[in-house]
Amino acid sequence: MSLERPDTVDDGAVERTPDELEALLGDLVVDRDDHLNAPGFVIRPDTVQETLSVLKEQAGYDHLSVVSAQEYENRYESIYHLKKYDDPTQEVSVVVPADKDDPVSESAEPVFRTADWHEREAYDLIGIEYDDHPDLRRILLPETWQGHPLSMDYDKDRPQIATLPEHANPLQDHHKDEESDTMFLNIGPHHPATHGVLHLKTVLDGEQVVDVEPDIGYLHRSEEQMAQNGTYRHQIMPYPDRWDYISAGLLNEWAYARAAEDLADIEVPEYAQVIRTMGAEMCRIAAHMLALATFALDINGDFTATFMYAINDRERVQNLLEDLTGQRLMFNYFRLGGVVWDLPEPRDEFFSKTRDFLDQLPESIEEYHNLITSNEIFQMRTIDTGVLPPEVAKNYGATGPVARGSGVDYDLRRDDPYGYYDELDWDVITEDGCDNFSRLLVRMREVEESAKIIEQCVDLLEDWPEDERNIQANVPRTLRPDDDTEIYRAVEAAKGELGIYIRADGTDKPARFKIRSPCFSNLQTLPEMANGEYIPDVVAALGSLDIVLGEVDR
Amino acid sequence: MSSDQPFITDESQVVTETRDARMTGQGDRFNSRLREAFGSSPFILTKFDKFLNWCRGSSMFMLQFGIACCSIEMMHTYAVKHDLDRFGSGVPRASPRQADVMIVPGTIVSKFAPRMKRVYDQMPEPKFVVGMGSCTISGGPFQEGYNVIKGAEEVIPIDIHVPGCPPRPEALVYGVVKLQERVANGEAAPVTVKPYELEEFSDLERDELVDKLADQIDDDELVMRYNFADSP
Repeated sequence: MSLERPDTVDDGAVERTPDELEALLGDLVVDRDDHLNAPGFVIRPDTVQETLSVLKEQAGYDHLSVVSAQEYENRYESIYHLKKYDDPTQEVSVVVPADKDDPVSESAEPVFRTADWHEREAYDLIGIEYDDHPDLRRILLPETWQGHPLSMDYDKDRPQIATLPEHANPLQDHHKDEESDTMFLNIGPHHPATHGVLHLKTVLDGEQVVDVEPDIGYLHRSEEQMAQNGTYRHQIMPYPDRWDYISAGLLNEWAYARAAEDLADIEVPEYAQVIRTMGAEMCRIAAHMLALATFALDINGDFTATFMYAINDRERVQNLLEDLTGQRLMFNYFRLGGVVWDLPEPRDEFFSKTRDFLDQLPESIEEYHNLITSNEIFQMRTIDTGVLPPEVAKNYGATGPVARGSGVDYDLRRDDPYGYYDELDWDVITEDGCDNFSRLLVRMREVEESAKIIEQCVDLLEDWPEDERNIQANVPRTLRPDDDTEIYRAVEAAKGELGIYIRADGTDKPARFKIRSPCFSNLQTLPEMANGEYIPDVVAALGSLDIVLGEVDR
Repeated sequence: MSSDQPFITDESQVVTETRDARMTGQGDRFNSRLREAFGSSPFILTKFDKFLNWCRGSSMFMLQFGIACCSIEMMHTYAVKHDLDRFGSGVPRASPRQADVMIVPGTIVSKFAPRMKRVYDQMPEPKFVVGMGSCTISGGPFQEGYNVIKGAEEVIPIDIHVPGCPPRPEALVYGVVKLQERVANGEAAPVTVKPYELEEFSDLERDELVDKLADQIDDDELVMRYNFADSP
């Protein structure tokens, strides 16, 4: 006999219609504000926690993708984009308007841990204050910054002051006694193990980590503002390349292309989709190779063999991508409605080069396994360190190889299909170890899956009839999506769910362009993995997260 | 099989050959073009400074300094295929105190500029800077950004600019070799006016902003003041 109450049981698979959800929420819903991707429920700013708990616990919406905030003429607004880890096509948006003069809204942090950073970002850039938030400070900009740059009355010419603070040990007082004494250690922002300009504020007790706090924003290049200043058709596309710059350019471009194409209702020709799929998977291989290279660098030390081998393989992929797109790193190859040009001539040469690369790939993967995964020292450093249990991963909104390394079977290529993925034969890789080793293994095995996808795409492209090679749909020169349409669309980038929220206002530029970066959410899990471990394990955990600061800070 | 005859090096033979080689002069493999230029004399006469500059330019220690997109191409420049080490400027040093060249590979934003200045200050003299990519020239594609410093030269002096977004590894190699040439010729960076400097908070000119932040920042804390309106 089951003791569970029937009204709280939900297996997450049950799909509810928007009206059923509205009935479930009852009085909490004040209004409806549907988005193109999901039903949107407007709620009062003091009922955020209640609403989200109902949706999480009774309707199975266990994944808070992103909190996107914006300012309107008459109000502020935070939108919580929810979906399910089991089925990401089931989405719902919770829209929380806040008062224009005194923008205060309840924090969602007690329900979804991931809301912590997302709300700090909203506070930093837009200026909405979140009640009940554990630590509402600026996250991307210096603490002494004046004004909120994405709010309407921001004057970008005003002078600013940034400090170079001496950090005090935040735990000094309550951790000092006869037995122990803590030490504060700055790691970064200039440090070889931080993969860019990340700053870790670490408190140590001997060799063990008591507390680690990532301090980000050292590469906050105002990407969202840049996109809001660009026109849909041409001016935005170069920027996604620079979010996740580890050769994952095409995957990022696809995130923007998918959101904008769904917003403007553009159909992409099948031939272009196959080219996109092939190019995107090449990028994934390049990105995972660098993750492998730098992870080996973190664990094994200086510029060692694994690093050189992986860079060598990256060079090969980059050569193929250069043939395809004309650039080594910043491809700018996608266009809304397709790709910019067809495969390079002579096509046979390109195909045979690609096949050569795929043919030697199993051998080099074998070599990596010999060098690192079967290396005893490497195993001692990575197995059972940096443990991230699946429930914690979900609570933090972790996606990509980080989630799949914790056994969360979530891959948007399969679960929310786009491009040509659902026509092809490949597998989603998961590992149950939840540790640094599993995350690495997921990446290495994903490289093999990507190779499978590329091979099938090459087969398809080789036999594609010459008169049906349509690389671009007919897209108007200027795109003006309807006023007040909103959309959130995500793709599976190298690091996880890369989503774009766009609000159109009837002009040819987006009124709000919000980037949901997978690394931003993944990096938030670092304290969970590192606290209580030894200091070298922090470096290993950070390496296994495979963050890229351009995407964390945007 | 010659099991009864173990392999023995005839040491007397080796010693004799080495001695002969020393007595008769250098073997062919030591005959570099440099040696030819010296002629028969084993001595050279040069200015001490000139010699030292030549040494400096021929062995440069880079700072391992990754900022943004360009650092990926910088890694490729260090690694196989492009192999910057061939030009005597290879192995990146993790600590600024051991480095004499800093490649600035990416966009400088307000929060990072004071840190970059600090890292630069920690490098021992003489030190040189290669600005990699458009962002270090002008802010590049992010020039309009509310948070972006419009070129690394606003903060530190730069010897060589390598344009591109990002520059190819070949371009960076070219830039570094050009820097080596300049160093070997004893040319330093042009004197540049750097609008953004680290200074103590109490040294700032009093204005509305400083008054407002006075209770948040200590007087002796190092700060950088940005005048975005005056930036190019």
